[in-house]
Amino acid sequence: MTKVIKLRKGLDVNLKGKPTDEIGQVKCPGEYALQPDDFTGLKPKVVVKEGDKVLVGDALFVDKLHPEVKFTSPVSGVVSLVERGDRRKLLSVRVKCDEKQEAKSFDVKQDVKALLMESGLFGFFRSRPYDVVANPEDAPKAIFISAFNSMPLSQDFEIALKGQEKEFQAGISALAKIAKVHLGVSAKQTSKALLEAKDCEVTVFDGPAPAGNVGVQINHVSPINKGEVVWTLGAEEVIFVGRLMLTGKVDFTRIIALAGSDVKFPKYYKVLVGQKLNTLLDGQIEDNGHHVRIIDGNVMTGLKTTEDGFLGAHKTEVNVIPEGDDNAEMLGWIMPRFKEFSTSRSYFSWLCGKKREYTLDARIKGGERHMIMSGEYDRVFPMDIFAGYLVKAIIAGDIDRQEALGIYEVAPEDFAIAEFVDSSKLELQRIVREGLDVLRKENA
Amino acid sequence: MVNEKIVNVKMKALRNYLDKIKPNFEEGGKLHAFHSLFDGLETFAFVPRTTSRVGSVNIHDAIDSKRIMSFVVIALMPALFFGMYNVGYQNALAAGKLAEATFWGMFWYGFLAVLPKIIVSYVVGLGIEFVVAQWKKEEIQEGFLVSGILIPMIVPVTTPLWMLAIAVAFSVILAKEIFGGTGMNIFNPALITRAFLFFSYPSAMTGDSTVWVNQQSILGLGFTAPEAYTAATPLGQAASEGFAGFDCPTICNAVTGLIPGSIGETSVIAIALGALLLLWTGVASWKTMLSVFVGGGLMGWLMQALGLTQIEWWHHFVLGGFAFGAVFMATDPVTSARTECGKYVYGLLIGIVAVMVRVLNPGYPEGMMLAILLMNLFAPLIDYCVVERNISMRAKRATKK
Repeated sequence: MTKVIKLRKGLDVNLKGKPTDEIGQVKCPGEYALQPDDFTGLKPKVVVKEGDKVLVGDALFVDKLHPEVKFTSPVSGVVSLVERGDRRKLLSVRVKCDEKQEAKSFDVKQDVKALLMESGLFGFFRSRPYDVVANPEDAPKAIFISAFNSMPLSQDFEIALKGQEKEFQAGISALAKIAKVHLGVSAKQTSKALLEAKDCEVTVFDGPAPAGNVGVQINHVSPINKGEVVWTLGAEEVIFVGRLMLTGKVDFTRIIALAGSDVKFPKYYKVLVGQKLNTLLDGQIEDNGHHVRIIDGNVMTGLKTTEDGFLGAHKTEVNVIPEGDDNAEMLGWIMPRFKEFSTSRSYFSWLCGKKREYTLDARIKGGERHMIMSGEYDRVFPMDIFAGYLVKAIIAGDIDRQEALGIYEVAPEDFAIAEFVDSSKLELQRIVREGLDVLRKENA
Repeated sequence: MVNEKIVNVKMKALRNYLDKIKPNFEEGGKLHAFHSLFDGLETFAFVPRTTSRVGSVNIHDAIDSKRIMSFVVIALMPALFFGMYNVGYQNALAAGKLAEATFWGMFWYGFLAVLPKIIVSYVVGLGIEFVVAQWKKEEIQEGFLVSGILIPMIVPVTTPLWMLAIAVAFSVILAKEIFGGTGMNIFNPALITRAFLFFSYPSAMTGDSTVWVNQQSILGLGFTAPEAYTAATPLGQAASEGFAGFDCPTICNAVTGLIPGSIGETSVIAIALGALLLLWTGVASWKTMLSVFVGGGLMGWLMQALGLTQIEWWHHFVLGGFAFGAVFMATDPVTSARTECGKYVYGLLIGIVAVMVRVLNPGYPEGMMLAILLMNLFAPLIDYCVVERNISMRAKRATKK
């Protein structure tokens, strides 16, 4: 019998522009990019030069501290650009793809961890504490995989899973050789490949967002204590591992959702990691005359980007919403504002029921203040942690207190919904990210 | 439809005008000294257009602190308007001319008596807030919108304006701004104002003199009482005279609010209307509010059972500032306990201490102000205990293995 954990805290925001189940085709773009910034905490070292020929699975850059951890090309072709920013910081390595895609073959008989490091899949692991790219020297107590994303306008993993069930199971079986695998499944999911997955412990989570966050699942299944390390991996990345185990070749094909109120036909697309976004967005954005925001990822945790940006390594969706900076809305403090969504009953969205879909823009809709209301975060933070106190400890830079309050268990994404509802408009994800970075430096 | 169009056009014109003059207020502009004022007014006229930065959440809930504070002010309106009426009513009663007074006559009299206090409170308080915001290069914080209306409502109607001005300045600077502004203060600024007046000018604030009723006519409205009229609050009476419990008219009047007292605190009905709005919108915590009443009731019952007082336990709720304090002061999210369990303890202790001061201390007929200020001080300790449980649970979990 699978364990079911019911979560009460949290919030589902019903947004307009949810993707239909259809899977669309995209043009093959000329250029792909792998961006080191997607792998938080990584110090990259480029191992290719512009003009080099690479195959699918050839390393583009490696971890400077652990050169055996490689980050490999999703396509075969010629390295077209090694993009650097301020102080020569590596921004991206771009590859111009050729006609026939050739992939490098790996020896799948070797040790799983070594194989993953060699093939570029190890870099997709994240480790807690700190929510950074995993360190191969660590011995994780478990590997956690969340098979669903509960954020609004995000990918439905079951659509990506269709036809890939065998690969998914092969991936889990391979990971089980490294550490114990925990799979978190949503109560709404029905796929047998998830509910009856072997070589792992399946836990069903029933509740609103952020129930799909792997951090929430860890907190309920096996919370992290000081000194322990847990690795996490995206569900689609498990399929990458499975493909490698079954064929000996890497294949970074994802099924991502293109969604949001400013997308003409929101649906799924088959793309590669590092895909240029204009191949996806060409002719897809509604022309309403207002500014739009293109988000690499979902509205809660994604990063603002442009049509010339590239799909982030971990991202399973691209959202497009109105920017809102051309909006002149009067007297917001007293008007009824029927179009707005709020968890507060001082607005009327509670009257409209859960069925109504909202179009929200990217405005902050208020000024940043000190924390005034109490308990706002805790209502949408389904972990056994005092979120408000933890945030205060981070702002104050009190490391002992951060440890005591459980900072090792959290990642910035866990605070996304709290940041959404916060009436003081604090940038919680940024605060937590900076706090984790400082803590990691202190503890190093 | 046509109306809407006109509004739209006017709105665009105002928006364009603001955009045009905005550069003057920015760094280096000739009106930079008024930057915080411009910013405050602009964000009141229009929802800020700033969009979220890269790396933070892309969409936001429409709630902000302006909205929250506005709803508290709206919730205070029934008590304020009733308070104005009651000022006129008490004046007519003092002059012995209740039969001649009209409803609107009494209301406008009270309005004229209270308005200067509201203006002084806002001008002094917001003035300091603007200066501080300008100095610290921050946005204006809305907290004083609530404090500024609360302050005139918790003082006697005869409080001189200069005293009020000093008290407001004292509390905004020393109770709020030196701690870092709204959200960082330990004590409720409105109550600090009242405490300052209470201890600095006791003769203008005590319950057994002439302070509770305005006895001069204003601009031809109201009446001038023929001779010095003394009207103590029912609680003041209970504390000073030989006393055998309240009779029905006093209690009925206390429920409707037609008794002498601070401007906004008298009517339980008007306060209940405000409480409903605060609880419905979730701005105030029902946990705090309920437990203040439970604590006060328990203590009132105990005191009566021990024979220390003749006042029925529930009479405490309707007399003096108990209801007003429970609904509008104890629930201040900044100075109250912040943990959910802590709110029960915090509220309970306020109720207990308030009734204890009322009954056991002959010097202070009213205990609510002191009870809330005392618990403001202890709220962080209550929270500390609650949070510490979570911390020790985590520490135990780590050492168990």
